[in-house]
Amino acid sequence: MRPEKTFMRFRLILLASLISIVTSLNTGFAQNLLMIRVENPFPETMVALQAAIQAQGYTISRVQRVDVGLTKSGYQTDLYRIVFFGKADEIQKLSLKYPTLVPYLPLKIVIFAEGEDTLILANNMTNLDSFFRKRELRRYFRQWSHDTSRILERVATTAAD
Amino acid sequence: MRRININWAINVVSLLLGCVCSQSVFANNGTNIEKGLSLYQQHCFVCHDSEGRGGVGTPLSLSSFINSVDDHYLSQTIRLGRPGRVMPAFESLGTKNIGYLIDYMRSWTGIRPAAFPSDPVSGNTKNGQMLYQKHCANCHGKNGQGGQGTGVTFSRTRDLPIMAPALNNKGFLQAARDTLIEKTLTEGRQGTPMTSFTESGLTKKEIKDIVAFIRTFETTSEHKENQIKLASESPVIVRESSYDLDQTVENLKNSVIGHNLKLIRVQQLDQGFVPENSGNKKQIIVYSCGFNFLYEALKTDPRVGLFLPCRVTVVEHKGKVLVMSVNPKRMSALFNNNELDDMCNQMHDTYIDIIEEAIL
Ligand code: HEC
Ligand code: HEC
Repeated sequence: MRPEKTFMRFRLILLASLISIVTSLNTGFAQNLLMIRVENPFPETMVALQAAIQAQGYTISRVQRVDVGLTKSGYQTDLYRIVFFGKADEIQKLSLKYPTLVPYLPLKIVIFAEGEDTLILANNMTNLDSFFRKRELRRYFRQWSHDTSRILERVATTAAD
Repeated sequence: MRRININWAINVVSLLLGCVCSQSVFANNGTNIEKGLSLYQQHCFVCHDSEGRGGVGTPLSLSSFINSVDDHYLSQTIRLGRPGRVMPAFESLGTKNIGYLIDYMRSWTGIRPAAFPSDPVSGNTKNGQMLYQKHCANCHGKNGQGGQGTGVTFSRTRDLPIMAPALNNKGFLQAARDTLIEKTLTEGRQGTPMTSFTESGLTKKEIKDIVAFIRTFETTSEHKENQIKLASESPVIVRESSYDLDQTVENLKNSVIGHNLKLIRVQQLDQGFVPENSGNKKQIIVYSCGFNFLYEALKTDPRVGLFLPCRVTVVEHKGKVLVMSVNPKRMSALFNNNELDDMCNQMHDTYIDIIEEAIL
């Protein structure tokens, strides 16, 4: 086997396994949080994340620049942002019908630099199943969980390309 | 792919090709290592880095660590995790997969140390306690609870480049044999803040005393019970206001400031989704932040952004004005982090205070 070929294989393994991170977050504690590490610096990863959210059919309503607030207050920190997103019709409809869901809307993804890598994480909304015992909501939670996983998967794939 | 460390990649590659023959353990072991790599990428990479250099978790690939612990320690650590110290338990992976993971981790250096003897190390726990408080408590905590925060961070300054692990941890105590702890104290871990205590002048006997003392750390099931309690909390805090929506929002702003938080923004829930000046004016979010608290929380666990910034929501629903926030206690059950649990309790109480001040 030529070395380049072996490296290609590594890339494939890595890619395959990054994807499985998001599809197989079902061991013990891990399932509650959807979390990936991307071996790319923050700025590129942030662009990839925003594109992935949009590609999944969601609107980004705001990006909270946590690091800017901290730095202005004199605390030293690397880049740390929170991306809020959702679908207008879902947010309008569900917030009227289930007001106690509102504190969890819009959806959010946290993204921060860790050295030259970037970590991304999101709450798995199916965590709320046991509280909101409504079939309709559970369907949304499952959908959001699935979509969030797809978004992370897409970011991981972009980074591996 | 950016930044594949050539050294270990070549190491693994040659192992895959079966050409590192000096290590008989690895001969023809390529597929196991490959399976282990894939499992590592799925389950460990996110916290320990692709080359095991650490992150939310401690470094794993330093030779002073990986060459100084036996397979028993690794497999038990993976199986049991570190309850309350972020590291999840991977019991469900099963023995075979854990074996592959270890084969992969061994490929970082190509060395697999022999098992540590399981004989207990006996010593004077009283003297051990005294020595522990003098030499170890600074980093590992008075009760062995570990440093503030875990692992390595590249993102903000903390007391140490690698935070000292918890030693009073059930997962650690069950994984580490006395003889392994003894060796760790004797040799230290080069490249980390954990130095050799033989070099700093402790005698063999004194080290044994400390090991005996570490064994006395309580191993109650407190963490598990606490987790169950947290997980049964409601995910939202809800109160009804006796004022109308506008007045409630005004009260809330004052209440936030009165609690020494910085008011960041007041906005509609659907802002950013609908054109400006339209949308639902009866769903208002008040964002605020206590930067000092936020900073401490991030040092403790960089994942806390999931329930930050502080946010209180006011909604008019069927003639009632509801004031709500997420319940940090319920959120903290997702993180397997004792330190964070304490902070979340504090946040929970602050939310209640802020909300009640605004509605009464
Ligand atoms: C300057 C801070 C510091 C001091 C002092 C210190 N340690 Fe450590 N210790 C660490 C760090 C950091 C690690 C993790 C090293 C690594 O990443 O492998 C560690 C690791 C350990 C470990 C292995 C635990 C694990 O989960 O890997 C043991 C056991 C330990 N220390 C015991 C002690 C004892 C006992 C003393 C006192 C005699 C002591 N340490 C003093 C910082 C310190
Ligand atoms: C959510 C983050 C996270 C994940 C995922 C994770 N770990 Fe850890 N791991 C940690 C933390 C944090 C510690 C240190 C605990 C402490 O400071 O008390 C640790 C400690 C360890 C240790 C002990 C290190 C030492 O110095 O003694 C080993 C071994 C380990 N992890 C292996 C793994 C393996 C293998 C996987 C994947 C199967 C994994 N970890 C997944 C966070 C994580």
